[in-house]
Amino acid sequence: MNVNTDKPLQVAGQTYKSRLIIGSGKYRDFQQNRQALQASGAEIITVAIRRVNLGQNREEPSLLDVISPGEYTILPNTAGCYTAEEAVRTCRMARELLDGHKLVKLEVLGDQTTLYPDVTETLSAAATLVKDGFDVMVYTSDDPLVAKRLEELGCVAVMPLGAPIGSGLGIRNPYNIKMILENATVPIIVDAGVGTASDATIAMELGCDGVLMNTAIAEAGDPVLMASAMRKAVESGREAWIAGRMPRRLYASASSPVDGTFF
Amino acid sequence: MQIKVNGKNLEVAEHVTVQGLIQFLDLGNGRVAVELNREILPRSEHDTQVLRQNDIVEIVQAIGGG
Repeated sequence: MNVNTDKPLQVAGQTYKSRLIIGSGKYRDFQQNRQALQASGAEIITVAIRRVNLGQNREEPSLLDVISPGEYTILPNTAGCYTAEEAVRTCRMARELLDGHKLVKLEVLGDQTTLYPDVTETLSAAATLVKDGFDVMVYTSDDPLVAKRLEELGCVAVMPLGAPIGSGLGIRNPYNIKMILENATVPIIVDAGVGTASDATIAMELGCDGVLMNTAIAEAGDPVLMASAMRKAVESGREAWIAGRMPRRLYASASSPVDGTFF
Repeated sequence: MQIKVNGKNLEVAEHVTVQGLIQFLDLGNGRVAVELNREILPRSEHDTQVLRQNDIVEIVQAIGGG
C-alpha cells in the first residue's frame, strides 16, 4: 500500500491529518505551548479542568484565548480524578465549558506514585459517559482484555499507556500493544510513556493509529524543536508501518549480486 | 449571606444571581463553567439563577494539562 492511500485518523466521525495529539501542561507559558503546538502539526490538544483562582487577574489571557477551540480540537481530560464519579462530574463541567462539546479524554487514576489507571473505575465511568452521550477517548493500561471491554462499551478510541505518565520510559510492552491492535476496531492511541522521538516512531511502527504525549515535548530542552521532531517521528513511523518492514533474519543476506564477480 | 465558592466561604449580597457572582469575582471575561450544589448550571441560566444561603458553587476553567 502506498502511503498516499493511507486513510487519515478518524475519531468520533472527525477526520484528522495529524496522528499526534499533544498536551498543554508543563509549558513555560502559553506562547511556548502555542509554538510547540504549531511545530507539532497536532490538531487535537488536551486541557485540564480546574477551579478558577478567586482573585486571579482576569486581564491575563486564559489558555483558550491562546489556543482557540475554533482552530483546534480541544480534548478536556479528567486528570487528577481517582473515582468514576469525579471523572463523570469533570466531563460534564467540560461539556458545559465548551458549549456542548462531546469529545473527552477519560482517565481515572489508581495511585499517585504510578498514575496507573484504575481500570475498574475507568470501566464504570466509561459506561456512564457513553450513556450520557459523550465521545470517550479512554486512557487505560496495556491489558488487551480491558482495552477490548472499553471498546465494547462504546469508547471512540482506546489509549493504552506505553509507560507511566511523565516517565519517558518509552513503549515498555510492545507485545501487549500489538495484541490490543490485533483485536481493535476503534483507533488505538498510545497515551503516556513516550520520552523521545524514537519512542513515538516505535508506537507507530507497531501499527498504532496515533500517539498522545505531553511531558516528552514540554520538558525537552527545546520544546518547540522536540515538537517538530515528534511530528516527523509519528509520520515516519506511520509510513514505515504502511510500507511494511523487511523480515528479520538471523544471518546476513548480501545486497550485491553473488554472480558476475571477476576474481 | 454566606455561600461557598470553590471551597471557600464567601459573603455575598442577598438575591445575587450566578451572573452577579461571576461579575463580583471579576470573572466576567473568561470562559467558565458553573456547578451549583453539584448540578451543572447551564450558561443560559446564569442570569436568572438566584443564589441562596449555604449554596455550594464551583466555577472551573480550562488550564494546561496532558
